[in-house]
Amino acid sequence: MKVSESFSTVDPNIQFILSADSEHCDILNDLFERYQNLIRSHFKSLVYSYSKKYGDPSGHVDTVEVTVKNCEVVPSQSMNESYSLDIEEGSNFVKLNAEAEWGVIRGLESFAQMIHPINYAPSVNTTTITDFPRFQFRGFLIDTSRHYLPISAIKAHISALSWNKFNVLHWHIVDLESFPYESEIKDIIEYARQRGIRVVPEFDTPGHTSSWGPGAGPNFLTRCYDQDGNPDGTLGPINPIYAENYLLMKRLLTEVAQVFEDAYLHLGGDEVPFGCWKSNPDITEYMAANNMTTYPQLEQQWVQGMVEIAESLKKHYVVWEEVFVNGVKINNNTVVEQMLVDLEEPRQLNTTMEAVTKSGHKALLASPWYLNYISYGVDWQKYYVEEPTAFNGTEEQKKLVMGGSTAMWGEYVDGTNLLQRTWPRASAVAERLWSAKEVRSTQTALPRLNEWRCRMLVRGLPAEPAIANINLMPEYGYCPTPYDHTNDYSGHF
Amino acid sequence: MRFLSAFLFGNALTNAADRFLPPWKFVGTVWPQPQSMVVKEDYQILDANIQFILTPDSPQCDIIPDVFQRYQALIRSHFKSASSSKKLKFSSSPAGVIDTIEVKIVNCENLPSQNMNESYTLQVGSPSSEKVELTAMAEWGVIHGLETLTQMIHDIDYRPSINSTMITDWPRFPFRGFLIDTSRHYLPVSVIKAQITAMSWNKYNVLHWHIVDLESFPYQSQVLPELSFLGAYTPLHVYTINEIKDIIEFARLRGVRVVPEFDTPGHTDSWGPGAGPKFLTPCYTNGKPDGTRGPINPIYQENYNLMRKLFTEVNQVFSDSYLHLGGDEVPFGCWKSNPDITDYMTKHNLTTYAQIEQVWVQGMVDIAHDLKKNYVVWEEVFVNGVKISNETVVEVWKGKTGTWKDTMSAVTKSGHKAILASPWYLNYISYGVDWEGYYNIEPTDFNGTNAQYELVMGGSAAMWGEYVDGTNILPRIWPRASAVAERLWSDKSVNSSAAARWRLNEWRCKMLARGLPAEPELHNPNIDPNYGYCPTPFDPFNNAHFLF
Repeated sequence: MKVSESFSTVDPNIQFILSADSEHCDILNDLFERYQNLIRSHFKSLVYSYSKKYGDPSGHVDTVEVTVKNCEVVPSQSMNESYSLDIEEGSNFVKLNAEAEWGVIRGLESFAQMIHPINYAPSVNTTTITDFPRFQFRGFLIDTSRHYLPISAIKAHISALSWNKFNVLHWHIVDLESFPYESEIKDIIEYARQRGIRVVPEFDTPGHTSSWGPGAGPNFLTRCYDQDGNPDGTLGPINPIYAENYLLMKRLLTEVAQVFEDAYLHLGGDEVPFGCWKSNPDITEYMAANNMTTYPQLEQQWVQGMVEIAESLKKHYVVWEEVFVNGVKINNNTVVEQMLVDLEEPRQLNTTMEAVTKSGHKALLASPWYLNYISYGVDWQKYYVEEPTAFNGTEEQKKLVMGGSTAMWGEYVDGTNLLQRTWPRASAVAERLWSAKEVRSTQTALPRLNEWRCRMLVRGLPAEPAIANINLMPEYGYCPTPYDHTNDYSGHF
Repeated sequence: MRFLSAFLFGNALTNAADRFLPPWKFVGTVWPQPQSMVVKEDYQILDANIQFILTPDSPQCDIIPDVFQRYQALIRSHFKSASSSKKLKFSSSPAGVIDTIEVKIVNCENLPSQNMNESYTLQVGSPSSEKVELTAMAEWGVIHGLETLTQMIHDIDYRPSINSTMITDWPRFPFRGFLIDTSRHYLPVSVIKAQITAMSWNKYNVLHWHIVDLESFPYQSQVLPELSFLGAYTPLHVYTINEIKDIIEFARLRGVRVVPEFDTPGHTDSWGPGAGPKFLTPCYTNGKPDGTRGPINPIYQENYNLMRKLFTEVNQVFSDSYLHLGGDEVPFGCWKSNPDITDYMTKHNLTTYAQIEQVWVQGMVDIAHDLKKNYVVWEEVFVNGVKISNETVVEVWKGKTGTWKDTMSAVTKSGHKAILASPWYLNYISYGVDWEGYYNIEPTDFNGTNAQYELVMGGSAAMWGEYVDGTNILPRIWPRASAVAERLWSDKSVNSSAAARWRLNEWRCKMLARGLPAEPELHNPNIDPNYGYCPTPFDPFNNAHFLF
């Protein structure tokens, strides 16, 4: 990004046009309309905000000319998000070139953020940008099982993900009872697609499934037994010894594969407790009959079944790290998501990332970015300084790092506080996953992050003030346009 | 959504839907718990056009039409949601249809005050099964009684209903405060009003408005306009006197007092630019002014004059008979470095810096006396030995892990009234559930005589503003502040968090249905998924049912 001192004013009715040699991708009309609204929302607040004074404008920008080489239509693991943006001195044209429509989204977002007041007029500096993501998988996990999230909150969150150049919504959806209607899911997936966001659903098995039990039939969950060998009335993980349970999963995942168009499914596989399996005499018998000596082997059998279902549905899959650690056979396209918290302080180099990539599998970093763990004060810096490639390994191994995933698990969040708790803390992770490795100084990031929070407030996102200790830095204690929940922010998302 | 269709159509799924029904006995419970409440099995259904009338012998208190209108809207909102909410089936049929709420008031007080009478009695089902009888000593009891009544409504056979009930209720403590801080971050007026509304629902009665501090000065004075012009974050991050009066009136209509705090002589950096060059103390390093500024300089008469001018205006704007004079955390380093202060102290035989702090605070206390205001001060003013009148309320804020007990003991031993704040700084958040910690605090849990315990006026919860603004303040406060609300209103014996848990969950759900974003911090749904949801989820983009 090269920014020079000279600047142009920006027309409030700025037009977006496609150049003669551009492809016409289906999301572009909606996209142009959205950014026209967003840019206007910035104009409204600019009047009141601080105003730099230097010189006269070199021109007046009234048109953004977009050139797209190729329409990809559906965002994917190999989606091309690169773009270049050229604001020439004196020209009324901004040129935005993108390999695919996703680069147009990213480029317009950058352009919208660059508009600022000079002599009280909305302006942009003469600028040249060449931009592309460092990591291909920049995910965010929402959990609609622990608490229900209204569709409006999910959509606002997807918009915020897009503004922050995240590209994957990892939807920990699991709970059958809170499963929304298919039409609602399709609506959300389309909403995300228009913003360059993939939706990867997670159906976590064989643990974390107690809510499936009532709907899945009497043989689905394992009956736990007490010390005297009698069923104690409680239920454990899915019972992996019955073929009917695999059939149920096949039916469910076949439907899921149709609803969720992304090439990846998240198969879960984390935190399987073995106690109940151990207590169950049918399982003991089954293991003896099948020469199994350890419970990870039994777990492996189940996950192997899920993996085979996914492969038969021509889906790739993401699994939590335990699946890899327990030695389940997984194909080479599998993405392994690291999630176990390293309790050593100071943090050790990440051994899971090292092992996963050493075995030739793709890896995602997740555990440092569990934003649900809140604390008093400012914490974005610790998310910002994480480095996904900080493990012992070869260059080849580092290339297998697909990126990372941020999470807001749902134990203590619902529609009342999801957006506030997530933003702008997740913006710190967004920069780690998009920007170059060297962009890692929290000191230089601080004023930019503060500016970015203020801009998100103008757009109507309740991004909380997690920026700085304002006792020491009162200049970061306010935004020019405060967030007011009674304002009408419709049309900005 | 899915479980509703399962409930209606799927036999196999009926059990699954039942799994989501909370225990029936918590539906229609009240938060905070009334002093005396007898609930019977029989019930009446509510008429959708329920009328509110005053008995002929009641005086016409000016807030009553607004109160009736608000609670009519809240009660009517139950009819909209009844068809989709949880249903309970009783074998018996309703004993009657309630179409009238008859309110009797003994006396209008007009302004909420330290002596406000908030007691009320509520009778549902007898002597009449067609009307509810609500009797209150003053208008404040009407607000609380209608709030209680509204919480008791629950659906039986798809119809909003109320069990036959007898309630006699009054607050345990007369001062049930909540501090907001508009200096660290500006709070939009709409957010302050939403907070006041939620306080009223939770039977809080004092908004402690920490309006200015070192970070910014948003109080827009007409007599000293330069204070906010130079001290606010921007000229738009201010509260005009009209806006403040509007907020005070909004609070009065809800039975909430507004006590402003102008904290001096520390925490005053933002006053400096507008208050003139002599206001803040210049700090010295190696015998020379180093360019930094400390607390207010207490040696210049003009600084007292400025405060008198300001407080004279504040006295007219804020109708409450109490002012909060602050007085916390005065750092002495800068005063010690300043040679003019050293000279002054020598001339006046002052030997400690606490003495010169006392000179300042005494000046503020004298101004308050002249304006006929009572005052609240932070505990340091008492601890440092400033002479304060017997009407002074001392607010204890230090020692949240337990040493607050010693301070409460000392304050009340000296005959002063005390407010406890230390254990209830809700701004200190952590992962997981923390309301039990606030709930289990007992303000009179210190060594003292009964006479001392009677000097405990109550308590104050606080949401200091370092990390909150309009984006997150409401969900951070609620429902955690509800735990403190019950401690300050209900009887001392109502102290089991295990018993309170489900009532609090029910109360959160009711607040959500009213449009307040009260966050889910009540329990761990991994352990007890029955309490992982509310029948009416909060939708941040649906303002249609904001019943503020």
